[in-house]
Amino acid sequence: MNRRTRRTLATTAVVALLPALAACTGEDTPGEAQSSPTTSASESGTPELSGTVTLVTHDSFALSEGLLESFESETGLTVEQAAAGDAGTLVNQLVLTADSPLGDVVYGVDNTFASRAVEAGVFEPYTPDELDPSVTDLVDPALEGLTPIDKGDVCLNVDTTWFEDEGVEPPSTLEDLTDPAYEDLTVVTNPATSSPGFAFLLATVDAFGEDGWEQYWADLADNGLKVTDGWSDAYYVDFSGAGEGGERPIVLSYATSPAFTVTEDGSETTTAALLDTCFRQVEYAGVLAGTDNPDGARALVDFLASAEVQADVPPNMYMYPADDTVELPAEWEQFAPLAEDPFDVAPAEIDAHRDEWIEQWTATVIG
Amino acid sequence: MDGDGHRVTSPASGGASVRAPRRRPAPGTWLWWALAAGLPLLFLGVFFAWPVAALVVQGFFADDGGTRVLDLSGFGEVLSQPRTWRVVGQTLAQATVGTALAVLLGLPGAYVLYRCRFPGRTLVRGLVTVPFVLPTVVVGVAFRALFAPGGTFGWLGVEESFAGVVIALVFFNYAVVVRTVGGLWERLDPRAEQAARSLGASPWRAFRTVTLPALGPAIASAAAVVFLFCATAFGVVLVLGGMRYGTIETEIWIRTTQFLDLRAAAVLSILQLVVVTGALLVSARLRARRERALHLSSDRSAAHRFSWRRASDAVPALATLVVVGLLVVTPLAGLVARSLRAPDGSWGLDNYVALGTTGGRNALSVTVWEATANSLRTAAVAAVIAVVVGGLVALVVSRRPRSPGLRRAVGTLDAVFMLPLGVSAVTVGFGFLITLDRPLGFDVDLRTSGLLVPIAQAVVAIPLVVRTVLPVLRAIDPRLREVAATLGAAPGRVLCTVDGPLTARSLGLAIGFAFAVSLGEFGATSFLARPDTATLPVVIYRLIGQPGAENYGMALAASVVLAVLTATVMMVAERLRGDAGGGEF
Repeated sequence: MNRRTRRTLATTAVVALLPALAACTGEDTPGEAQSSPTTSASESGTPELSGTVTLVTHDSFALSEGLLESFESETGLTVEQAAAGDAGTLVNQLVLTADSPLGDVVYGVDNTFASRAVEAGVFEPYTPDELDPSVTDLVDPALEGLTPIDKGDVCLNVDTTWFEDEGVEPPSTLEDLTDPAYEDLTVVTNPATSSPGFAFLLATVDAFGEDGWEQYWADLADNGLKVTDGWSDAYYVDFSGAGEGGERPIVLSYATSPAFTVTEDGSETTTAALLDTCFRQVEYAGVLAGTDNPDGARALVDFLASAEVQADVPPNMYMYPADDTVELPAEWEQFAPLAEDPFDVAPAEIDAHRDEWIEQWTATVIG
Repeated sequence: MDGDGHRVTSPASGGASVRAPRRRPAPGTWLWWALAAGLPLLFLGVFFAWPVAALVVQGFFADDGGTRVLDLSGFGEVLSQPRTWRVVGQTLAQATVGTALAVLLGLPGAYVLYRCRFPGRTLVRGLVTVPFVLPTVVVGVAFRALFAPGGTFGWLGVEESFAGVVIALVFFNYAVVVRTVGGLWERLDPRAEQAARSLGASPWRAFRTVTLPALGPAIASAAAVVFLFCATAFGVVLVLGGMRYGTIETEIWIRTTQFLDLRAAAVLSILQLVVVTGALLVSARLRARRERALHLSSDRSAAHRFSWRRASDAVPALATLVVVGLLVVTPLAGLVARSLRAPDGSWGLDNYVALGTTGGRNALSVTVWEATANSLRTAAVAAVIAVVVGGLVALVVSRRPRSPGLRRAVGTLDAVFMLPLGVSAVTVGFGFLITLDRPLGFDVDLRTSGLLVPIAQAVVAIPLVVRTVLPVLRAIDPRLREVAATLGAAPGRVLCTVDGPLTARSLGLAIGFAFAVSLGEFGATSFLARPDTATLPVVIYRLIGQPGAENYGMALAASVVLAVLTATVMMVAERLRGDAGGGEF
């Protein structure tokens, strides 16, 4: 290579790097330096807000463009985002950093993990004023001080086309799945590695009791159950309803999933959620103990619970808003209703038994 | 690899054993060397050793009524569980078989791609590197689609089996063997083998008795890297093997991220460290034994024009065709073909057009092209860090001080910088959380800084940079430097005028490798990348984690973009390398 090309390349590299370096140095210092002089703000009145609030969240967090920006311009706050892993990883990261929090507010802690974080003293209790009763109903006593933002159901889904073609009646309950008529038809995810998988394990714990769920899973395993490591694997590779060549017509997914398999004319969907097999997941936001900007943190939680953001939850995060008074997209009402009476296990109970249940599950199903 | 084989001057130069009498180096020289070794050590200390050690140590301290007390009972508990030993056995078995198979299948590939000349060779070399950097989640889906019941190879029945995991490990690491061994093979003097042949040895016998021993160091080096990758493979093991084939790595992940059982994770981390260190020691021993035999090489490229009529070309070519065809091309072709199918089932570029959007129902907070720009920017920073730090390490390690103590220190430095390949990304990631809120006492919370992503990527890329640059630096005749020094050149000037020009091209390859690895890095990035600055692998993961044909199609199209970017980077790097030789990857 001649000298000239080399120099051009070097220049290109330097030019390409400059904005990157600039971007990085600009982000080095998160907000704590600007901890604002708002300590005088009264409990009730509107506090003077300033500085930065860092929102720790999982990778599913998304809002419509401009929404967060308008919050920033209205309040004078700057919102920074800090990433964490999925729901379980997120909570464990918060527990590990309880002495030196990663940010000011967390969003995305769910009811299957939250009580561990509450117990570890990760949160500074805070509840926005004027929440709708449908929202406050979602707060378990063990999770006092957290604010529900969204909810959703983890349910089995069936490929209705497959069942029509085969002339078989689709299953509807958990018990049905152990019926030999559905042998080798079900795929679920591993509760040790996947959060819907764990939610489904909890559904069976609630359905069959602490003494009965293991037997149920043993029966499922005998009936040709398939277990994959994660959701995408189960849904796209094994599930026949995703249209990717999978061979199993029953998959563990969400109540909202059928809204994504609506036919082109929009009249019907080719999959359906089994609403008698669901576990309700609720995701919360909370103020992190040790925040440098408590007023800003509370304002951000208020914002997440506000009607604006609640209405923005379904189209952006595929979850139902915590607030039932918020209007839903029409197709959700039609194709993705929530379960009327989902399974439920108390958060404190979950926290006390999580490891044990997963180990028992592994011994029963995986061997 | 200790590539003594790449001597730039004549074979007679003799290397380390022949030394001109030397003046005592000036005190300033020592300072420079201390700095060259100190800077990388500081970097690795802050961004690797300290976080890992802090997390492991935390696992050994129990909270006893507010005070922290040392509690080593975790050892007894974890080590007495039969599951632990099953997991260790599984790790060793997978890594050993995976490594053996990768080497066995990679050797013919190295021969064909580096010893033969044929049109399209650069393209094929780029192609085989793609699997090495593709995100596991894509590989998992692309691969499983082949092996699942109903897939092209569904009849093999290897899904959720030991064989399935091993096949996937070979898929990922084939390129490591091909590039490492090929890099040396290319420079190997063909005359020794020719002599054996004219003395009546069969091609196979000549290969076995002459060429194979000469390739020993490269094979040992490749095997070590592949073994580390196999022993710490995470996603691919879970996706293709399921929990039944859990390894030390998958156990550490689950213990840490799902149970926050740091006590068990700490014990498992130590077990992992023992396995990895053992593998590095064995590899170093093998290399050291072979090194002496390796003064046969020349600086001319020994590649010849490929011919189907020669059995010694045709047989490896057939083997390579089968391996590359089945292992690399089939899954990738399936990926490309699927990415060209529009959500409505017709063929077209719809999925690629959609990359300018944020996905079906707004699945992403940035468009895929923005994420691509993020990726390129991050990878560029990571590559610069990796090349500076890795280059310094290679520079220090390439020297052979006369004092045995110093020589041992240099050898240790070499091994220490390989460790990031063999330690769980989750241990490093969680270690960051508890150490980088005040790194070295400075009041700068690095944990939420955008700079942490490229740094984490660089830590993984540094070993590859070292492995790429080191053989070239070692191949420089020390007498050249001594002559320059005797003529009055200061150490800095020696570096600029002797080492610099000879290493420049291998640096090109190193930059390419560091860049490509950073582009594809997902493990650490998924912990650290902020939602608003997601990288390409992160958005692919996000897209494929959503239902909907549009999102699935976009995920595959984005994967193809990532694959093409990677292959292009590698091909450009190959070009930069030109025919200066050296380099293992």
